[in-house]
Amino acid sequence: MTPTPDTTTDATVPVLEARGLAVGYDRHPVLSDLDLRIERGTVTTFLGANGCGKSTLLKAFGRVLKPQAGEVHLDGTPIRRESNRAVAKKLAILPQSPVAPAGTSVLDLVMRGRNPHQSWAKPWTADDADVAEQAIAATGLTEVAHRDVASLSGGQRQRAWIALVVAQQAETLLLDEPTTYLDLAHQLEVLRLVRRLNREQGSTVVMVLHDLTLAARYSDRLVVLHEGGVAADGTPADVLTPELLERAFGLHARVVADPVTGAPMIVPEADEHDVVRHDELAGALNLG
Amino acid sequence: MSAAEQARTRTEAQARTGTEAQARTGAHPRAHAAAGRRGVVVGPVGLAWRPRVFWYTVAALGAVGVLIVLGVAIGSTWIAPATVLRSLFGLETGPDAFIVSTLRLPRVLTGALVGLTLGVAGALTQTFTRNPLGTPDIIGVTSGASVGAVAAIVLGGGSYSVSAIVLGGGIPVAATIGALLAAAAVYGFGWRGGVQSYRLILVGIGVSATLDAVTSYLLVRAKITAAAAASQWLVGSLSSTSWSSVWPLLMVAAIAVPLALATSAALGIGQLGDEVATGVGLAVQRHRLVVIALAVVLTAAAVAAAGPVGFVAFVVPQVGLRLAGTNRPPLLLAGALGAALVLAADLLARSAFPWQVPVGIITTVIGAPYLIWLLIRHRKEMSR
Repeated sequence: MTPTPDTTTDATVPVLEARGLAVGYDRHPVLSDLDLRIERGTVTTFLGANGCGKSTLLKAFGRVLKPQAGEVHLDGTPIRRESNRAVAKKLAILPQSPVAPAGTSVLDLVMRGRNPHQSWAKPWTADDADVAEQAIAATGLTEVAHRDVASLSGGQRQRAWIALVVAQQAETLLLDEPTTYLDLAHQLEVLRLVRRLNREQGSTVVMVLHDLTLAARYSDRLVVLHEGGVAADGTPADVLTPELLERAFGLHARVVADPVTGAPMIVPEADEHDVVRHDELAGALNLG
Repeated sequence: MSAAEQARTRTEAQARTGTEAQARTGAHPRAHAAAGRRGVVVGPVGLAWRPRVFWYTVAALGAVGVLIVLGVAIGSTWIAPATVLRSLFGLETGPDAFIVSTLRLPRVLTGALVGLTLGVAGALTQTFTRNPLGTPDIIGVTSGASVGAVAAIVLGGGSYSVSAIVLGGGIPVAATIGALLAAAAVYGFGWRGGVQSYRLILVGIGVSATLDAVTSYLLVRAKITAAAAASQWLVGSLSSTSWSSVWPLLMVAAIAVPLALATSAALGIGQLGDEVATGVGLAVQRHRLVVIALAVVLTAAAVAAAGPVGFVAFVVPQVGLRLAGTNRPPLLLAGALGAALVLAADLLARSAFPWQVPVGIITTVIGAPYLIWLLIRHRKEMSR
């Protein structure tokens, strides 16, 4: 095995880089000839219509899906050339709606995030216990640390999985739709946690989200995928334009400034079914 | 206060909740989360100290010890347990010592080892397939072994006596070859850039059904005496065991069971699904190949020695899981319970009826209702 140069301190090398990447299933590429660099310390969100390949791309970045062509580089090294364990120290992935086996407590689950740091020579240590407990505290789950994951609320369960990823102490986190099936308050809870990890620990985050407004609010950069390639790439304000929404999502919508943060906010235009204006709704129902 | 400020305050409050709660109860965070979990430093993830698993395993191993002594003591002539123990340690000579060491001990030890290997194999396959129906049978081992053994009995030439062929090494060798070939076929057909558990289950069911058809065909065209001998083998029986059945089984168990225990931490990771397991650094396909190979070897050894003893590999890990209250069947507990089940079943098979009943029938008759009872009790606990 050739020694790989230590590039982790070199800020010019992107954390993750796709070069000429083609990914898909059963020889049908969903995305092809894709070049993309993920910069250190940023929150990047992949967006796009259903089936555009955003989760597929995230899986290729997380080396759980083998590319059909091209390569993914992690810190300048081809990700498939390194051992799974070595990659796991630098890159953590959270797939869509993972399921913990019945009888798994939050602590059991989070402890498994320490796996890449352990070996026969260096087994479970007090440090590992500390890191697991800090991850549980950081996600606000200390109270339920011994509860069965299956008995938690949706938001708590998702935070438990994020705690596993946090305990892994990898610089980069790949999160595939971390807010699926959560109500709005819990979606915010998860995204705020993600943002905090990025701000406080300098984590690089790449995620897939469905909600455009939330994506705009919590990301530094949006990458919109459409028809096998990148349709738009940039800051939320640059990317989320009515033209882009029309082109990539087939969505006729207005983009206004979020009154709280000033981030772009998507308001779909009315069509013939949206007949009643809501300021007239009370009158229409004879409530006023 | 603006909406943004309110939102920020709320987030900060949420972030603090954990620590404040500890401050209120006066517990150190470390003490809180780590309570009841002194890390025992064995293996990569460190075996968490689980008293319930430990004590049930100790109890099950104790039961195995008692059943071994009873199994040797009970028979056509009663031998006092004290005499049994003296014979086991070589302190006894004479006819009783002969009965113990030559006639009864091989059968009892074979029973214990068959139960141990099937229990551990079942725990391995049920864990990696994440499915209680994921017994070693579904990866083709039992059906393959059956074709091999039945072919040896039916096509094996002049002698149709099971014991004659067993002593000649024919049936165990044929069964082992059949088991390994079938497992290799299931793994091979299940391969598609790696093997997924659900594909293995489906391919395994297909391969097993095909092999069972071959077994049926062999039985139909066999002479009646051979068909009877083959049928007896097919329900699982310890009646024709000797020291030559003990040694290969003991050797396989001595190597494969410790290796299985060594995969324990990886099994716990693999349970989280392929993507999460890969994410935390497990080489999923390599791990799966190791686990399948261990389960196949353990099952093949057991089936070669005693035939497909029914239900042990399926029921015992599930019983162990429910007794221990863990998220997967504890391997050693499953093995100990398997040994206890087969020993108890064989004891009943030999002594409770006026004629000898194959042990495989008893394990099924004891095992299945016990599992159903556990499931019912579990459901009550859940709905309470």
